[in-house]
Amino acid sequence: MVRKWPWKLACASLLTTVLAACGGGSATEAPATNANRVTITIESWRSDDQKVWTEQIIPLFEKSNPNIHVEFRPTAPTEYNAALNSKLEAGTAGDLITCRPFDVSLGLYTAGHLTSLNDLQGIPHFSDVAKSAWQTDDGKTLFCLPMASVIHGFIYNKTIFNELGLTEPKTVAEFFAVLDKIKQDGRYTPLVMGTAEQWEAATMGFQNIGPNYWLGETGRKGLIDGSTKLTDAAYVSTFKDLERWRDYLPEGFEAVKYADAQILFASGRGAIYPAGSWDIAYFNQNAKFELGAFKAPVVNANDQCFISDHTDIGIGINAKTTHMAEARTFLEWMTGPEFASEFSNALPGFFSLSDYPVTLKNPLAQTFVDWRKQCQSTIRNSYQILSRGEPNLENELWRTSVGVINGTFAPEAAAQDLQKGLDNWYKKP
Amino acid sequence: MKELPMLRPNKSRPRWHIVVFLAPALLLYSIVMVFPLLDTLRLSLFSSDGANFVGVSNYQRLFTDSQWWPYFWRALKNTVLFFLLHMVLQNPLGLLLAALLDSKNLRGRSIYRTLLFSPTMLSFVIVGFIWQLILSPTWGIAPAISDFLGIRYRPWLGLESTSLPTVALISIWQFVGIPMLFFMTALLAVPQDILEAARVDGASAWQLFWRVKFPLILPTVGIVSILTFIGNFNAFDLVYTAKGALAGPNFSTDLLGTFFYRTFYGFQLQLGDYAMGTAIAMVIFLIILFGSLLYLLVWQRKVVSYEL
Repeated sequence: MVRKWPWKLACASLLTTVLAACGGGSATEAPATNANRVTITIESWRSDDQKVWTEQIIPLFEKSNPNIHVEFRPTAPTEYNAALNSKLEAGTAGDLITCRPFDVSLGLYTAGHLTSLNDLQGIPHFSDVAKSAWQTDDGKTLFCLPMASVIHGFIYNKTIFNELGLTEPKTVAEFFAVLDKIKQDGRYTPLVMGTAEQWEAATMGFQNIGPNYWLGETGRKGLIDGSTKLTDAAYVSTFKDLERWRDYLPEGFEAVKYADAQILFASGRGAIYPAGSWDIAYFNQNAKFELGAFKAPVVNANDQCFISDHTDIGIGINAKTTHMAEARTFLEWMTGPEFASEFSNALPGFFSLSDYPVTLKNPLAQTFVDWRKQCQSTIRNSYQILSRGEPNLENELWRTSVGVINGTFAPEAAAQDLQKGLDNWYKKP
Repeated sequence: MKELPMLRPNKSRPRWHIVVFLAPALLLYSIVMVFPLLDTLRLSLFSSDGANFVGVSNYQRLFTDSQWWPYFWRALKNTVLFFLLHMVLQNPLGLLLAALLDSKNLRGRSIYRTLLFSPTMLSFVIVGFIWQLILSPTWGIAPAISDFLGIRYRPWLGLESTSLPTVALISIWQFVGIPMLFFMTALLAVPQDILEAARVDGASAWQLFWRVKFPLILPTVGIVSILTFIGNFNAFDLVYTAKGALAGPNFSTDLLGTFFYRTFYGFQLQLGDYAMGTAIAMVIFLIILFGSLLYLLVWQRKVVSYEL
């Protein structure tokens, strides 16, 4: 049950005069017992996770902090940014603000809506990559605490792999050899993805396999400081790799939507699914076969591997909160091991970003997070700074990745288009 | 000439009832139409952060800057194509259906009329969803039907070359009931005695339609055209539901509406730009205003309306 404290408190104070108004509430529950108890609220777009927050995460915090009551108050994802902005400007926003990565939150900080979190004691438990999404450009101020990341890779159907005698591919050559074998067999779609919604091609395609070509953070930072260009071999190779996917995708993939692909794979009609770790929960519920996962293939067998371990959610403090101390207590708790373990297990596929070792009960999620030990993490290269102007790199990546897979763009032409778009507005610092 | 005392304006007493009767509509119209329009104009004349007055420079950027003009031009071309497809397919089809339904020999006319009009009443969300499902390569019935008809199935909604016409056809399917209803009403108003007279003179059904009925419903053709023009230059929802705000693939379904939406509200990592967004909105408004004026000042004056 979702607890509605402000409503109850209001009722309690009005109890003597307007008894009838509270008729709908449950009169048996005791009103606020602790006079010093403070309620703080979290603004979030994760309405899907409301149950997990109210029933698992928050009670855990309240057990050790009985004087603070936390309320999770989500808005629909598509409305979150706009709704939050107007609430912040009107002064009615909650005490804790769930942060989108990079510029959206940076905008909130520069507008004075978020406070600096530099002096939280748990900060050293977060890596530089994790922090990069919620820092000022000079890296001096952290305004949101990194909460979770999502990791890219490929989820596969173990039953089909066993049936066809396939093993997890490690290199690009092996990857395409596996795809060829599934195709020759003819009964299953080798690679289940569509390009209809555009983001799949860029996110599960380009950003998934690319880091091995542009060497993770090295390449990503190179784009920002201007030492590498999108026309470089690394990006053209990524596109060339992506172009080869076309032959293995489902029939009519140009009009296959994200949900179509999910259902296709979950129904056992496809062998490999280019995934984000957030897909884990869905497949665990809906796929009736054993699932496995392998990371993006490397070019040569002994190459250092890189994974897209993308910082997706952070949390900050509303600068105008009247409960600054309590909000900080909550964030401080979020930097600790208790939160890391509870959060990662309650929401498989969203991985806590602190450095505490976490044992995951979900084996597929554990596979994903284990890649962090062997490979270097990087985030999506279009997210920091490079999508600040128009045409922004993220949307351009969607467009060109789809074009390359659909066959309307040559890899070289796509790379040139990207660089041209960036040159249009981006001046390196 | 003797003046009628009843009609003489009474100068000593202001006629408050006029104000009272006009006020609700005027107030409402001002609040929800006039004020937002003027405020849009104001926003479009300021810089993106709303701090400085910049005159027409947002418009200048839209029409000359290589970051804006090609995208605006592409959206405009797509919108014109979207509109033209409606003009050459939806409206003649509406006329044809109305003419067929007007025939006295047709049984179950009201059933056909209701069925043909019913998609218009569906939400665009449902229409977009149903058609995506019908045309889906994975679950749809389109692949089987095209096999049966001997047409090669393609994922039409997903291809750069066919996605815009496909969306336009879906929109035509949805809205063909509106011109049909307009034409039907106009045809109903054609007096029987004129048709009777023409028949006596030996006119065939074909001649009867083109020589007698059509000239009489010509004013309706104008109204239907201008409504199609206004509707299509404001089109947004179907593309948004079926193709998303990025109107892919490769912006092939990007209309002025979706272009405005992305610019004003932002999309994914693109931040909303109020100034440029409102500038685009004003341009769309001016295009529609100009088209409507053309209709009012040229077509309505030229076309002969017969008093029946």
